[in-house]
Amino acid sequence: MTRMTHKMPSKQDQPPTGHAVEGTASAEQPGASPVAIPEPVSNNRLAAIARGENVTSLTHDALKKEVPVVEVKNFNLWYGAKKALFDINMLIPKGKVTALIGPSGCGKSTLLRSVNRLNDLIDNIQIKGDMLLNDDSIYGPGVDVIELRKRMGMVFQKSNPFPMSIFENVVYSLRIDGERNRRTLEDVCERSLRGAALWEEVKDRLHESGLSLSGGQQQRLCIARAIAAEPEVLLMDEPCSALDPIATGKIEDLIQALSGEYSILIVTHNMQQASRSSDFTAFMYLGRVIEYGPTLDIFTKPLCRETEDYVTGRFG
Amino acid sequence: MTSTQTKPGAAHNDPTAGPRAGVAIKPPAPSYNRSRSRNKTSLYAHGEPMVWLTGGALAMCLLMIIGLVALIVAQGVATFWPGPVVRYQTLDGVRAGETTRLENYSPEDSVFERLPESSRAAARKMVADNGGVTGRRLVRIGNYEITGEHFAWVSDFEIAPGADAVSTPPWMLVVERLAWGRFYGEPVGVVIEGKLIPCEPAEAWKLFGEHHPAVRERWEQRRRLETGDIGVINHRAEQARLALRAVEMKYGKESPQWRAEHESFLKTEERDKAEFDRIAREIEALNNTNNGYKIVLRTADGTESTLGMADIVRAYPANQLSFAQKSVVYLSRWWEFLTDDPREANSEGGVYPAIFGTVVMTLIMSLLVVPFGVLAALYLREYAKGGILISAVRIAINNLAGVPSIVFGVFGLGFFCYIIGGGIDQLFFSAKLPSPTFGTGGLMWASFTLALLTLPVVIVATEETLAAVPGSMREGSYACGASKWQTIKRIVLPRAMPGIMTGMILAMARGAGEVAPLMLVGAVKLAPELPVNGVFPFFHPERSFMHLGFHIYDLGFQSPNAEAAKPMVFTTTLLLILIIAVLNLAAVFIRARLRRRFSSSQF
Repeated sequence: MTRMTHKMPSKQDQPPTGHAVEGTASAEQPGASPVAIPEPVSNNRLAAIARGENVTSLTHDALKKEVPVVEVKNFNLWYGAKKALFDINMLIPKGKVTALIGPSGCGKSTLLRSVNRLNDLIDNIQIKGDMLLNDDSIYGPGVDVIELRKRMGMVFQKSNPFPMSIFENVVYSLRIDGERNRRTLEDVCERSLRGAALWEEVKDRLHESGLSLSGGQQQRLCIARAIAAEPEVLLMDEPCSALDPIATGKIEDLIQALSGEYSILIVTHNMQQASRSSDFTAFMYLGRVIEYGPTLDIFTKPLCRETEDYVTGRFG
Repeated sequence: MTSTQTKPGAAHNDPTAGPRAGVAIKPPAPSYNRSRSRNKTSLYAHGEPMVWLTGGALAMCLLMIIGLVALIVAQGVATFWPGPVVRYQTLDGVRAGETTRLENYSPEDSVFERLPESSRAAARKMVADNGGVTGRRLVRIGNYEITGEHFAWVSDFEIAPGADAVSTPPWMLVVERLAWGRFYGEPVGVVIEGKLIPCEPAEAWKLFGEHHPAVRERWEQRRRLETGDIGVINHRAEQARLALRAVEMKYGKESPQWRAEHESFLKTEERDKAEFDRIAREIEALNNTNNGYKIVLRTADGTESTLGMADIVRAYPANQLSFAQKSVVYLSRWWEFLTDDPREANSEGGVYPAIFGTVVMTLIMSLLVVPFGVLAALYLREYAKGGILISAVRIAINNLAGVPSIVFGVFGLGFFCYIIGGGIDQLFFSAKLPSPTFGTGGLMWASFTLALLTLPVVIVATEETLAAVPGSMREGSYACGASKWQTIKRIVLPRAMPGIMTGMILAMARGAGEVAPLMLVGAVKLAPELPVNGVFPFFHPERSFMHLGFHIYDLGFQSPNAEAAKPMVFTTTLLLILIIAVLNLAAVFIRARLRRRFSSSQF
């Protein structure tokens, strides 16, 4: 288990003092990003980031009108001595789909997993800053991580149904809470499976193993499990990357259908997916949010040249 | 898990390695060209020698294992098959019995000196013509009270000349007795209700067949009375004596409490005495009836001997049996082997107490070792933070598997039997001291000792299977708001169950076959009573017990009648292997059922 240290670091961009990593002294100096950066491309801003300078992120005005479900405030994260997230400030709007895009290793998944504190499971991580879930602190002292996670749902890159029946998979969260009422469990199971557009396919075999389903069905089963406990925010970590195009299409339709009812934060590698299924998009690069705004604006008239280069496929 | 299979033609370019931001793609260095090495394909490149090496190693392993199992099966299965009784007319007498094995040897000159003078020259010439080598056979001649031997060698040159020197007399009976081993002879009369009736063999055999079952039934009845009813009386008397002794220790002798207790003790004793006398009379009556039934047998050399029918377990005219009748004898011997108590210093009769002891001890051991091992592995794998201490613990556990098992036996004797068992005796069974209850070897302490012995197997197997539970499943569970223990209980343990079963199978196989520590902590040559019986509290884990592994050792090395015990060694080994196989198959079956639940149709 990870023990979290919430000490305030003396200087920005520096790992908090007293963290548990050995050999910190010999590690990279603060700011000098350990990610090996090749020759700078033509973009000055990216080159500046690569040099370790602070770059302000551009947030479109459209977001100021939205009601936030998750608020990320000056969030920094280190894996040991290596800094992975730099001073992230974001508002995740309620009832909307927000996509995180960016090249590999830019910290999208790390940011997503920080929302439900799944990174706690990793040794040697250090965190500075905070997040708010509906105005409740996520990283504040005395927060019960387990209670916190119960307010969120998460869907992983590779489907991970549990080794139990489809029914038990869906109602897992309720079982955790000790729910025994058969009627409630059945209602939740049906509602969740319908929500995940899986009900018609599995309603006759609810007591077969969840592992007997196909890949796309397994992923929808995981979505059904994630929405079973009525999460305040649904986190999706590249939910379609292991699926074929047809299954991907179904999941994307599902995300569309779920938006409005649920607030969704989705990490994707697939630009088309972000443009098709999200309302807002944040472009991340090397642990920083470069630009964040309505999806249409990000893909058609981005404020940054770097964003334009990325969404048009010129790098990344 | 991703395995990238690259087609031979595409080997040069990794198709997944697309251009990254700002990565300048350099052309591959031209100095190394793989296609050059493909011009000729060597044998080594095809990998054939490795196929031969690995296949050969497997074949060697299989050959040795199959050879061992085949030997045990062949010898063990043949033990109970009834062979013919052969009569050998030798130069100096007659020998009759079952031929057990043949071999060639070079006789010393002194061997010939023992032959009658007239035939020495002929015998010498016969052996010399054969290059100094001659055949001989080991004959189970039985009739121990007459001959003083169970077995005798008969050499080829000893057999008298003449066509009828080797014969199979039709009325030679094989008689298996409660004591003194087998008897071989022709029936020449029977005693029925005390009256001797001399008659022909066929008639005698018929009369024997009519009366023997009833006599054996009475004998069984007597044995039930002795072990059952008298056992209960003895147990009650012992309880009363212990109660009196407890009062004596608490209040002192001649105290009023003692007097009261002594009064009731005497009353119980008197009542028991009456009942005991009644049962003794019943036994006496059964014995008297049985003593009137006997059979008179004439051995091959003409001696007549009278055997009580009650002492005869089984008799059959070996040379007249059809295949079906032989099969009946064979199966009845197996049945006796599996269900009866041993007799004749374990070399005859059954091994039921040993089967019982082996199975019960293995099951108790499994019940002890699996929960402990799984909990220990859970802490090591799930809770403990990695570090020097944990690494040291792991190494220590692995080393524990290499400690000689006799050391565990010594530890079990010293710690479990003497310290813990002795302590229990002091606290709860002090009335019985100085004779120990728990303070000596017994079923429970043997199970504890073997559980300790097999603990590393379970811990290592469980740790490996816990490590194999995908991290994605744990993360999925945590993301649902499950606590660590809920995740372990609901996801990790069910998923790891097949692997835990594998550990249990390995532990059972190791424990059931272990002998050395058991000699110290409770396995005995002959246990008077089973650990489970009808007397409260029905299960007596403090009792010593019989064990098939120890039984094999005892038969093979401690038996006074080594030749007779030898086939039983094979049969008992076969039985032990079968029992372990059955226990394992049961566990494998359960594991297969568990695995089916977790099989994935994906990919």
